Amino acid sequence: MNTPTALELVGVSKSYGPLTALNNVSLSIKPAQFIGLLGQNGAGKTTLFQLLTGLFNSDEGQISVCGHDISQDPIGALSTLGVVFQQATLDLDLTVHGNLKFHCLLHGLSRKLAEERINSELDRFDMQAVRDKQVRSLSGGNRRKIELIRALLHQPKVLLMDEATVGLDPESRKSLVNHVVSLCKEREIAVLWSTHIVEEVQAADRVIVLDKGKILAESSPEELQAQGIEPRLSLADAFSQLINNNKEIGVAYE
Amino acid sequence: MNTSHAFNAFTALSARETGKFLRQKGRLFSALVRPALWLLVFAAGFQNVFGVAVIPPYESYIEYNVYITPGLLCMVMLFNGMQSSLTMVYDREVGVMRLLLTAPLPRWYILFCKLMAGTLLSLLQVYAFLVICWLFDVDIPLMGVLTALPAFILSALMLGSLGLLLSVSVKQLENFAGMMNFVIFPMFFISPALYPLWKLEESGAEIVYQVAQYNPFTYAVELVRFALYGQLSLTALAVVLGSFIFFFVLAVIGYDPQKGVITRRKG
Repeated sequence: MNTPTALELVGVSKSYGPLTALNNVSLSIKPAQFIGLLGQNGAGKTTLFQLLTGLFNSDEGQISVCGHDISQDPIGALSTLGVVFQQATLDLDLTVHGNLKFHCLLHGLSRKLAEERINSELDRFDMQAVRDKQVRSLSGGNRRKIELIRALLHQPKVLLMDEATVGLDPESRKSLVNHVVSLCKEREIAVLWSTHIVEEVQAADRVIVLDKGKILAESSPEELQAQGIEPRLSLADAFSQLINNNKEIGVAYE
Repeated sequence: MNTSHAFNAFTALSARETGKFLRQKGRLFSALVRPALWLLVFAAGFQNVFGVAVIPPYESYIEYNVYITPGLLCMVMLFNGMQSSLTMVYDREVGVMRLLLTAPLPRWYILFCKLMAGTLLSLLQVYAFLVICWLFDVDIPLMGVLTALPAFILSALMLGSLGLLLSVSVKQLENFAGMMNFVIFPMFFISPALYPLWKLEESGAEIVYQVAQYNPFTYAVELVRFALYGQLSLTALAVVLGSFIFFFVLAVIGYDPQKGVITRRKG
Protein backbone atom coordinates (compact mmCIF):
# COMPACT_ATOMS: atom_id res chain seq x y z
CA MET A 1 0.00 0.00 0.00
CA ASN A 2 1.31 3.46 -0.91
CA THR A 3 2.04 5.85 1.96
CA PRO A 4 -0.09 8.98 1.55
CA THR A 5 1.73 12.17 0.61
CA ALA A 6 2.02 14.80 3.33
CA LEU A 7 3.08 17.64 1.09
CA GLU A 8 2.94 17.82 -2.68
CA LEU A 9 3.85 20.52 -5.17
CA VAL A 10 3.19 20.09 -8.86
CA GLY A 11 4.59 22.55 -11.42
CA VAL A 12 4.58 25.53 -9.07
CA SER A 13 5.73 28.86 -10.49
CA LYS A 14 5.75 32.33 -9.03
CA SER A 15 6.93 35.65 -10.45
CA TYR A 16 7.16 39.13 -9.02
CA GLY A 17 6.78 41.26 -12.11
CA PRO A 18 9.65 40.37 -14.44
CA LEU A 19 11.44 38.40 -11.71
CA THR A 20 10.82 34.65 -11.72
CA ALA A 21 11.16 33.52 -8.12
CA LEU A 22 10.05 29.92 -8.67
CA ASN A 23 10.01 28.08 -11.96
CA ASN A 24 8.02 24.86 -12.36
CA VAL A 25 8.88 23.37 -8.97
CA SER A 26 7.54 19.91 -8.14
CA LEU A 27 8.24 17.86 -5.06
CA SER A 28 6.52 15.53 -2.65
CA ILE A 29 7.17 14.59 0.97
CA LYS A 30 5.81 11.61 2.85
CA PRO A 31 5.12 11.39 6.58
CA ALA A 32 8.22 10.97 8.78
CA GLN A 33 10.50 12.22 6.02
CA PHE A 34 13.01 14.93 6.77
CA ILE A 35 13.70 16.86 3.59
CA GLY A 36 16.45 19.44 3.41
CA LEU A 37 15.81 22.33 1.03
CA LEU A 38 19.20 23.70 0.25
CA GLY A 39 19.73 26.95 -1.56
CA GLN A 40 21.72 30.13 -1.47
CA ASN A 41 20.18 33.46 -0.53
CA GLY A 42 17.67 34.46 -3.19
CA ALA A 43 17.25 30.90 -4.46
CA GLY A 44 13.49 31.06 -3.90
CA LYS A 45 13.24 29.18 -0.59
CA THR A 46 11.30 31.86 1.25
CA THR A 47 8.97 32.37 -1.71
CA LEU A 48 8.31 28.64 -1.69
CA PHE A 49 7.43 28.79 2.01
CA GLN A 50 5.17 31.77 1.44
CA LEU A 51 3.26 29.76 -1.14
CA LEU A 52 3.14 26.69 1.09
CA THR A 53 1.64 28.70 3.93
CA GLY A 54 -0.89 30.49 1.75
CA LEU A 55 0.63 33.91 2.38
CA PHE A 56 0.77 34.27 -1.40
CA ASN A 57 -0.78 32.35 -4.23
CA SER A 58 1.26 30.69 -6.93
CA ASP A 59 0.89 31.83 -10.53
CA GLU A 60 0.83 28.26 -11.77
CA GLY A 61 0.77 24.77 -10.32
CA GLN A 62 -0.82 23.05 -7.36
CA ILE A 63 0.13 22.74 -3.72
CA SER A 64 -1.57 20.28 -1.44
CA VAL A 65 -0.96 19.62 2.24
CA CYS A 66 -2.31 16.28 3.49
CA GLY A 67 -4.69 16.24 0.55
CA HIS A 68 -5.94 19.82 1.06
CA ASP A 69 -5.31 22.15 -1.87
CA ILE A 70 -3.88 25.35 -0.37
CA SER A 71 -5.76 27.62 -2.78
CA GLN A 72 -9.09 25.73 -2.62
CA ASP A 73 -9.08 24.70 1.03
CA PRO A 74 -6.57 26.93 2.85
CA ILE A 75 -8.10 26.34 6.28
CA GLY A 76 -7.85 22.54 5.91
CA ALA A 77 -4.27 22.86 4.68
CA LEU A 78 -3.17 25.34 7.37
CA SER A 79 -4.63 23.26 10.18
CA THR A 80 -2.17 20.47 9.33
CA LEU A 81 0.85 22.76 8.97
CA GLY A 82 3.31 23.84 11.62
CA VAL A 83 5.60 26.68 10.59
CA VAL A 84 8.73 28.27 11.97
CA PHE A 85 9.43 31.34 9.91
CA GLN A 86 12.81 32.79 9.09
CA GLN A 87 11.71 36.06 10.67
CA ALA A 88 10.77 35.80 14.36
CA THR A 89 7.01 35.87 14.84
CA LEU A 90 6.72 35.89 18.62
CA ASP A 91 4.97 38.72 20.40
CA LEU A 92 7.84 40.12 22.44
CA ASP A 93 5.52 41.78 24.96
CA LEU A 94 3.76 38.55 25.90
CA THR A 95 5.14 35.83 28.12
CA VAL A 96 6.16 32.47 26.67
CA HIS A 97 2.92 31.01 28.00
CA GLY A 98 0.93 33.93 26.54
CA ASN A 99 2.42 33.36 23.09
CA LEU A 100 1.78 29.63 23.20
CA LYS A 101 -1.78 30.02 24.42
CA PHE A 102 -2.51 32.63 21.76
CA HIS A 103 -1.42 30.15 19.09
CA CYS A 104 -3.50 27.33 20.59
CA LEU A 105 -6.65 29.43 20.61
CA LEU A 106 -6.08 30.56 17.04
CA HIS A 107 -5.91 26.89 16.12
CA GLY A 108 -9.16 26.12 17.88
CA LEU A 109 -7.80 24.14 20.84
CA SER A 110 -9.88 24.28 24.01
CA ARG A 111 -8.27 26.07 26.95
CA LYS A 112 -7.87 22.79 28.85
CA LEU A 113 -6.25 20.99 25.94
CA ALA A 114 -4.08 24.03 25.28
CA GLU A 115 -2.72 23.97 28.84
CA GLU A 116 -2.01 20.23 28.62
CA ARG A 117 -0.17 20.57 25.33
CA ILE A 118 1.78 23.63 26.46
CA ASN A 119 2.94 21.85 29.61
CA SER A 120 3.86 18.70 27.82
CA GLU A 121 5.85 20.47 25.08
CA LEU A 122 7.61 22.77 27.55
CA ASP A 123 8.58 19.68 29.53
CA ARG A 124 9.82 17.89 26.44
CA PHE A 125 12.05 20.78 25.47
CA ASP A 126 13.05 21.41 29.08
CA MET A 127 11.70 24.96 28.91
CA GLN A 128 9.33 25.07 31.89
CA ALA A 129 11.68 27.51 33.61
CA VAL A 130 10.92 30.23 31.08
CA ARG A 131 7.17 29.64 30.94
CA ASP A 132 6.25 32.92 32.62
CA LYS A 133 9.12 34.98 31.28
CA GLN A 134 8.57 37.72 28.76
CA VAL A 135 9.77 36.60 25.34
CA ARG A 136 11.76 39.82 25.06
CA SER A 137 14.04 38.59 27.86
CA LEU A 138 14.91 35.26 26.18
CA SER A 139 18.05 34.42 24.24
CA GLY A 140 17.85 33.90 20.47
CA GLY A 141 18.20 30.14 20.87
CA ASN A 142 15.40 29.91 23.41
CA ARG A 143 13.14 32.08 21.28
CA ARG A 144 13.65 29.66 18.40
CA LYS A 145 12.84 26.73 20.65
CA ILE A 146 9.65 28.48 21.74
CA GLU A 147 8.73 29.02 18.10
CA LEU A 148 9.29 25.34 17.43
CA ILE A 149 7.20 24.39 20.47
CA ARG A 150 4.47 26.70 19.28
CA ALA A 151 4.51 25.15 15.81
CA LEU A 152 3.95 21.71 17.37
CA LEU A 153 1.10 22.56 19.73
CA HIS A 154 -1.69 21.78 17.28
CA GLN A 155 0.05 18.52 16.32
CA PRO A 156 0.77 19.28 12.68
CA LYS A 157 1.38 16.59 10.09
CA VAL A 158 3.83 18.78 8.20
CA LEU A 159 6.48 21.01 9.74
CA LEU A 160 7.99 23.81 7.71
CA MET A 161 11.25 25.25 8.99
CA ASP A 162 12.28 28.31 7.01
CA GLU A 163 15.93 29.08 7.80
CA ALA A 164 14.99 28.55 11.41
CA THR A 165 18.56 28.65 12.65
CA VAL A 166 19.33 32.17 11.47
CA GLY A 167 21.18 34.04 14.20
CA LEU A 168 21.87 30.96 16.33
CA ASP A 169 25.29 29.87 17.52
CA PRO A 170 26.57 26.50 16.19
CA GLU A 171 25.65 24.63 19.37
CA SER A 172 22.04 25.91 19.44
CA ARG A 173 21.77 25.23 15.72
CA LYS A 174 22.86 21.65 16.16
CA SER A 175 20.52 21.17 19.07
CA LEU A 176 17.54 22.51 17.10
CA VAL A 177 18.30 20.26 14.12
CA ASN A 178 18.58 17.21 16.40
CA HIS A 179 15.28 18.04 18.08
CA VAL A 180 13.49 18.30 14.77
CA VAL A 181 15.04 15.13 13.35
CA SER A 182 13.90 13.14 16.38
CA LEU A 183 10.42 14.72 16.29
CA CYS A 184 10.14 13.81 12.64
CA LYS A 185 10.69 10.14 13.36
CA GLU A 186 8.85 9.92 16.70
CA ARG A 187 5.69 11.67 15.59
CA GLU A 188 5.87 10.83 11.91
CA ILE A 189 5.86 14.47 10.94
CA ALA A 190 6.97 15.41 7.44
CA VAL A 191 9.63 18.09 7.74
CA LEU A 192 10.76 20.53 5.08
CA TRP A 193 13.89 22.20 6.41
CA SER A 194 15.08 25.15 4.40
CA THR A 195 18.62 26.38 4.84
CA HIS A 196 21.77 27.52 3.11
CA ILE A 197 23.95 25.80 5.72
CA VAL A 198 24.88 22.40 4.35
CA GLU A 199 25.67 20.77 7.72
CA GLU A 200 22.04 21.16 8.78
CA VAL A 201 20.79 18.74 6.15
CA GLN A 202 23.40 16.01 6.64
CA ALA A 203 20.83 13.96 8.52
CA ALA A 204 18.07 14.54 5.96
CA ASP A 205 16.37 11.66 4.14
CA ARG A 206 16.56 13.67 0.96
CA VAL A 207 18.13 16.94 -0.07
CA ILE A 208 16.58 19.23 -2.65
CA VAL A 209 18.89 21.83 -4.14
CA LEU A 210 17.07 24.96 -5.24
CA ASP A 211 18.80 27.62 -7.27
CA LYS A 212 17.37 30.59 -9.10
CA GLY A 213 13.88 29.27 -8.58
CA LYS A 214 14.53 25.82 -10.05
CA ILE A 215 15.28 22.45 -8.53
CA LEU A 216 18.80 21.48 -9.55
CA ALA A 217 19.05 18.18 -7.76
CA GLU A 218 17.05 15.91 -5.49
CA SER A 219 18.60 12.92 -3.81
CA SER A 220 19.93 11.60 -0.54
CA PRO A 221 22.90 13.49 0.95
CA GLU A 222 25.15 10.53 0.05
CA GLU A 223 23.98 10.41 -3.55
CA LEU A 224 24.40 14.15 -3.83
CA GLN A 225 28.00 13.84 -2.66
CA ALA A 226 28.59 11.06 -5.14
CA GLN A 227 27.33 13.25 -7.99
CA GLY A 228 30.35 15.51 -7.57
CA ILE A 229 32.81 15.61 -10.42
CA GLU A 230 35.73 15.04 -8.10
CA PRO A 231 35.76 11.96 -5.91
CA ARG A 232 35.19 12.17 -2.11
CA LEU A 233 33.55 15.57 -2.16
CA SER A 234 31.87 16.74 1.00
CA LEU A 235 28.18 17.58 0.79
CA ALA A 236 29.08 21.26 1.01
CA ASP A 237 31.48 20.93 -1.93
CA ALA A 238 28.92 19.02 -3.96
CA PHE A 239 26.38 21.77 -3.27
CA SER A 240 28.82 24.51 -4.33
CA GLN A 241 29.70 22.59 -7.46
CA LEU A 242 26.05 22.26 -8.45
CA ILE A 243 25.45 25.97 -7.95
CA ASN A 244 28.57 26.92 -9.88
CA ASN A 245 27.70 24.60 -12.75
CA ASN A 246 24.28 26.23 -12.86
CA LYS A 247 25.92 29.63 -13.18
CA GLU A 248 28.01 28.43 -16.09
CA ILE A 249 25.09 26.80 -17.84
CA GLY A 250 23.08 29.98 -17.30
CA VAL A 251 19.74 28.47 -16.39
CA ALA A 252 16.92 30.76 -17.48
CA TYR A 253 16.24 33.25 -14.74
CA GLU A 254 14.66 36.52 -15.60
CA MET B 1 -14.13 26.64 11.58
CA ASN B 2 -16.70 25.65 14.19
CA THR B 3 -18.31 27.93 16.77
CA SER B 4 -15.92 27.16 19.61
CA HIS B 5 -12.92 27.69 17.33
CA ALA B 6 -14.37 31.02 16.22
CA PHE B 7 -15.03 32.02 19.83
CA ASN B 8 -11.57 30.98 21.02
CA ALA B 9 -9.92 32.92 18.21
CA PHE B 10 -12.04 35.96 18.97
CA THR B 11 -11.18 35.91 22.67
CA ALA B 12 -7.49 35.38 21.89
CA LEU B 13 -7.35 38.34 19.51
CA SER B 14 -9.46 40.57 21.77
CA ALA B 15 -7.43 39.69 24.85
CA ARG B 16 -4.21 40.48 23.00
CA GLU B 17 -5.46 43.88 21.84
CA THR B 18 -6.89 44.72 25.25
CA GLY B 19 -3.75 43.57 27.02
CA LYS B 20 -1.64 45.71 24.71
CA PHE B 21 -3.89 48.68 25.44
CA LEU B 22 -3.69 48.18 29.20
CA ARG B 23 0.08 47.80 29.11
CA GLN B 24 0.40 51.11 27.29
CA LYS B 25 -0.67 53.14 30.28
CA GLY B 26 -0.33 56.49 28.56
CA ARG B 27 -2.64 55.49 25.71
CA LEU B 28 -5.94 55.89 27.59
CA PHE B 29 -4.67 59.09 29.14
CA SER B 30 -3.69 60.63 25.80
CA ALA B 31 -6.89 59.38 24.18
CA LEU B 32 -8.85 61.36 26.79
CA VAL B 33 -6.64 64.42 27.11
CA ARG B 34 -6.94 65.24 23.41
CA PRO B 35 -10.74 65.65 23.29
CA ALA B 36 -10.79 67.00 26.84
CA LEU B 37 -8.57 69.88 25.74
CA TRP B 38 -10.93 70.61 22.88
CA LEU B 39 -13.86 70.51 25.25
CA LEU B 40 -12.38 72.56 28.06
CA VAL B 41 -10.13 74.98 26.21
CA PHE B 42 -11.46 75.33 22.70
CA ALA B 43 -15.13 75.20 23.64
CA ALA B 44 -14.61 77.66 26.51
CA GLY B 45 -12.77 80.08 24.25
CA PHE B 46 -15.28 79.92 21.44
CA GLN B 47 -18.42 79.69 23.57
CA ASN B 48 -19.45 83.20 22.64
CA VAL B 49 -17.97 83.28 19.17
CA PHE B 50 -19.89 80.39 17.63
CA GLY B 51 -23.59 80.90 18.00
CA VAL B 52 -25.38 77.67 17.24
CA ALA B 53 -28.93 78.05 15.98
CA VAL B 54 -31.65 75.66 16.97
CA ILE B 55 -31.12 72.75 14.60
CA PRO B 56 -32.23 69.15 14.90
CA PRO B 57 -31.85 67.20 17.11
CA TYR B 58 -31.70 70.14 19.52
CA GLU B 59 -35.00 71.68 20.58
CA SER B 60 -33.57 74.84 22.08
CA TYR B 61 -30.39 76.86 22.07
CA ILE B 62 -27.49 74.85 23.43
CA GLU B 63 -24.08 75.64 24.79
CA TYR B 64 -21.19 75.21 22.42
CA ASN B 65 -19.62 72.45 24.52
CA VAL B 66 -22.82 70.44 24.09
CA TYR B 67 -22.64 70.94 20.34
CA ILE B 68 -19.08 69.69 19.98
CA THR B 69 -19.39 66.69 22.30
CA PRO B 70 -20.68 64.24 19.60
CA GLY B 71 -17.82 65.32 17.34
CA LEU B 72 -15.29 64.78 20.11
CA LEU B 73 -16.74 61.36 20.88
CA CYS B 74 -16.28 60.48 17.21
CA MET B 75 -12.79 61.94 17.36
CA VAL B 76 -11.98 59.46 20.13
CA MET B 77 -13.25 56.64 17.90
CA LEU B 78 -11.40 57.96 14.86
CA PHE B 79 -8.09 58.08 16.71
CA ASN B 80 -8.66 54.65 18.18
CA GLY B 81 -9.60 53.22 14.78
CA MET B 82 -6.34 54.48 13.36
CA GLN B 83 -4.41 53.32 16.43
CA SER B 84 -5.86 49.83 16.12
CA SER B 85 -4.80 49.60 12.53
CA LEU B 86 -1.40 50.85 13.61
CA THR B 87 -1.15 47.58 15.52
CA MET B 88 -1.71 45.78 12.20
CA VAL B 89 1.27 47.58 10.71
CA TYR B 90 3.28 46.88 13.87
CA ASP B 91 2.28 43.20 13.73
CA ARG B 92 3.47 43.09 10.14
CA GLU B 93 6.80 44.64 11.08
CA VAL B 94 7.47 42.29 13.99
CA GLY B 95 6.24 39.22 12.11
CA VAL B 96 3.14 38.43 14.19
CA MET B 97 1.00 39.12 11.13
CA ARG B 98 2.44 36.01 9.48
CA LEU B 99 1.29 33.96 12.42
CA LEU B 100 -2.20 35.42 12.16
CA LEU B 101 -2.44 34.95 8.42
CA THR B 102 -1.30 31.33 8.63
CA ALA B 103 -3.83 30.43 11.32
CA PRO B 104 -6.55 28.08 10.04
CA LEU B 105 -9.17 30.80 10.02
CA PRO B 106 -10.79 32.73 7.19
CA ARG B 107 -8.96 35.99 6.65
CA TRP B 108 -12.16 38.01 6.84
CA TYR B 109 -12.77 36.53 10.28
CA ILE B 110 -9.29 37.42 11.52
CA LEU B 111 -9.82 40.99 10.33
CA PHE B 112 -13.29 41.06 11.84
CA CYS B 113 -11.91 39.92 15.22
CA LYS B 114 -9.27 42.65 15.08
CA LEU B 115 -11.98 45.15 14.18
CA MET B 116 -14.25 44.05 17.02
CA ALA B 117 -11.39 44.21 19.49
CA GLY B 118 -10.67 47.76 18.35
CA THR B 119 -14.36 48.61 18.64
CA LEU B 120 -14.46 47.40 22.24
CA LEU B 121 -11.49 49.64 23.04
CA SER B 122 -13.23 52.53 21.31
CA LEU B 123 -16.33 52.05 23.46
CA LEU B 124 -14.22 51.96 26.60
CA GLN B 125 -12.65 55.29 25.69
CA VAL B 126 -15.93 56.85 24.56
CA TYR B 127 -17.60 56.10 27.88
CA ALA B 128 -14.55 57.28 29.79
CA PHE B 129 -14.80 60.56 27.88
CA LEU B 130 -18.52 60.82 28.63
CA VAL B 131 -17.62 60.63 32.33
CA ILE B 132 -15.28 63.58 31.80
CA CYS B 133 -18.11 65.45 30.07
CA TRP B 134 -20.35 64.96 33.09
CA LEU B 135 -17.61 65.99 35.45
CA PHE B 136 -17.44 69.27 33.56
CA ASP B 137 -21.20 69.76 33.48
CA VAL B 138 -21.74 69.21 29.79
CA ASP B 139 -25.49 68.90 29.46
CA ILE B 140 -25.99 65.52 27.82
CA PRO B 141 -29.16 63.53 28.52
CA LEU B 142 -28.49 60.58 30.80
CA MET B 143 -30.53 58.25 28.63
CA GLY B 144 -28.39 59.34 25.68
CA VAL B 145 -25.52 57.16 26.81
CA LEU B 146 -27.72 54.13 26.30
CA THR B 147 -29.58 55.21 23.19
CA ALA B 148 -26.29 56.19 21.53
CA LEU B 149 -24.60 52.82 22.16
CA PRO B 150 -25.60 51.32 18.76
CA ALA B 151 -24.42 54.54 17.08
CA PHE B 152 -21.10 54.33 18.93
CA ILE B 153 -20.66 50.70 17.88
CA LEU B 154 -21.51 51.34 14.24
CA SER B 155 -19.34 54.45 14.03
CA ALA B 156 -16.42 52.66 15.70
CA LEU B 157 -16.80 49.77 13.25
CA MET B 158 -16.79 52.15 10.31
CA LEU B 159 -13.76 54.10 11.50
CA GLY B 160 -11.95 50.90 12.51
CA SER B 161 -12.54 49.34 9.10
CA LEU B 162 -11.22 52.50 7.47
CA GLY B 163 -8.08 52.04 9.56
CA LEU B 164 -7.84 48.38 8.47
CA LEU B 165 -8.13 49.45 4.87
CA LEU B 166 -5.37 52.01 5.28
CA SER B 167 -3.14 49.43 6.95
CA VAL B 168 -3.22 47.34 3.74
CA SER B 169 -1.16 49.87 1.85
CA VAL B 170 1.08 51.10 4.64
CA LYS B 171 4.41 49.29 4.73
CA GLN B 172 6.08 50.93 7.70
CA LEU B 173 5.05 52.56 10.94
CA GLU B 174 6.76 55.78 9.84
CA ASN B 175 4.48 56.07 6.80
CA PHE B 176 1.48 55.49 8.98
CA ALA B 177 2.12 58.59 11.06
CA GLY B 178 1.98 60.68 7.88
CA MET B 179 -1.17 59.00 6.76
CA MET B 180 -2.82 59.73 10.09
CA ASN B 181 -2.20 63.43 9.49
CA PHE B 182 -3.65 63.23 6.02
CA VAL B 183 -6.68 61.25 7.16
CA ILE B 184 -7.57 62.19 10.72
CA PHE B 185 -7.31 65.94 10.59
CA PRO B 186 -9.07 66.50 7.25
CA MET B 187 -11.83 64.10 8.28
CA PHE B 188 -12.29 65.82 11.60
CA PHE B 189 -12.15 69.44 10.45
CA ILE B 190 -14.20 68.99 7.28
CA SER B 191 -17.20 67.72 9.20
CA PRO B 192 -19.87 69.09 11.54
CA ALA B 193 -17.75 68.09 14.56
CA LEU B 194 -16.86 71.68 15.48
CA TYR B 195 -19.43 73.75 13.58
CA PRO B 196 -22.68 73.04 11.76
CA LEU B 197 -22.17 72.59 8.04
CA TRP B 198 -24.63 75.34 7.17
CA LYS B 199 -22.16 77.75 8.76
CA LEU B 200 -19.61 76.74 6.15
CA GLU B 201 -22.08 77.30 3.36
CA GLU B 202 -23.17 80.59 4.82
CA SER B 203 -19.62 81.84 5.08
CA GLY B 204 -19.01 81.03 1.41
CA ALA B 205 -16.77 77.98 1.90
CA GLU B 206 -18.77 76.10 -0.71
CA ILE B 207 -16.01 73.63 -1.64
CA VAL B 208 -15.36 72.68 1.97
CA TYR B 209 -19.10 72.33 2.47
CA GLN B 210 -19.37 69.99 -0.52
CA VAL B 211 -16.36 67.93 0.60
CA ALA B 212 -17.95 67.56 4.03
CA GLN B 213 -21.04 66.08 2.37
CA TYR B 214 -18.87 63.24 1.05
CA ASN B 215 -17.00 62.71 4.30
CA PRO B 216 -18.25 59.58 6.09
CA PHE B 217 -17.07 61.08 9.39
CA THR B 218 -19.74 63.77 8.93
CA TYR B 219 -22.41 61.11 9.14
CA ALA B 220 -20.83 59.34 12.09
CA VAL B 221 -20.97 62.62 14.01
CA GLU B 222 -24.60 63.20 13.03
CA LEU B 223 -25.56 59.61 13.85
CA VAL B 224 -24.10 59.99 17.33
CA ARG B 225 -25.55 63.51 17.79
CA PHE B 226 -29.09 62.34 17.04
CA ALA B 227 -28.70 59.10 18.99
CA LEU B 228 -27.65 61.00 22.12
CA TYR B 229 -31.14 62.54 22.04
CA GLY B 230 -32.88 59.25 21.34
CA GLN B 231 -33.38 60.07 17.66
CA LEU B 232 -32.32 58.36 14.49
CA SER B 233 -30.91 60.07 11.42
CA LEU B 234 -31.70 57.59 8.67
CA THR B 235 -29.34 59.24 6.19
CA ALA B 236 -26.49 59.09 8.68
CA LEU B 237 -27.30 55.48 9.52
CA ALA B 238 -27.33 54.46 5.85
CA VAL B 239 -24.03 56.22 5.08
CA VAL B 240 -22.23 54.91 8.16
CA LEU B 241 -23.46 51.36 7.64
CA GLY B 242 -22.69 51.48 3.92
CA SER B 243 -19.22 52.95 4.53
CA PHE B 244 -18.47 50.30 7.15
CA ILE B 245 -19.35 47.50 4.74
CA PHE B 246 -17.49 49.18 1.87
CA PHE B 247 -14.28 49.77 3.86
CA PHE B 248 -14.34 46.32 5.43
CA VAL B 249 -14.87 44.50 2.13
CA LEU B 250 -12.01 46.47 0.57
CA ALA B 251 -9.77 45.65 3.55
CA VAL B 252 -10.59 41.93 3.21
CA ILE B 253 -9.78 42.09 -0.50
CA GLY B 254 -6.57 43.94 0.35
CA TYR B 255 -5.46 41.15 2.67
CA ASP B 256 -6.49 38.40 0.24
CA PRO B 257 -3.37 36.67 -1.16
CA GLN B 258 -4.94 36.32 -4.59
CA LYS B 259 -6.65 39.64 -5.11
CA GLY B 260 -5.09 42.06 -2.72
CA VAL B 261 -2.46 44.73 -2.83
CA ILE B 262 -0.27 42.51 -0.65
CA THR B 263 0.25 40.09 -3.56
CA ARG B 264 1.94 42.83 -5.49
CA ARG B 265 4.55 43.26 -2.82
CA LYS B 266 7.40 40.85 -2.45
CA GLY B 267 8.38 39.54 0.95
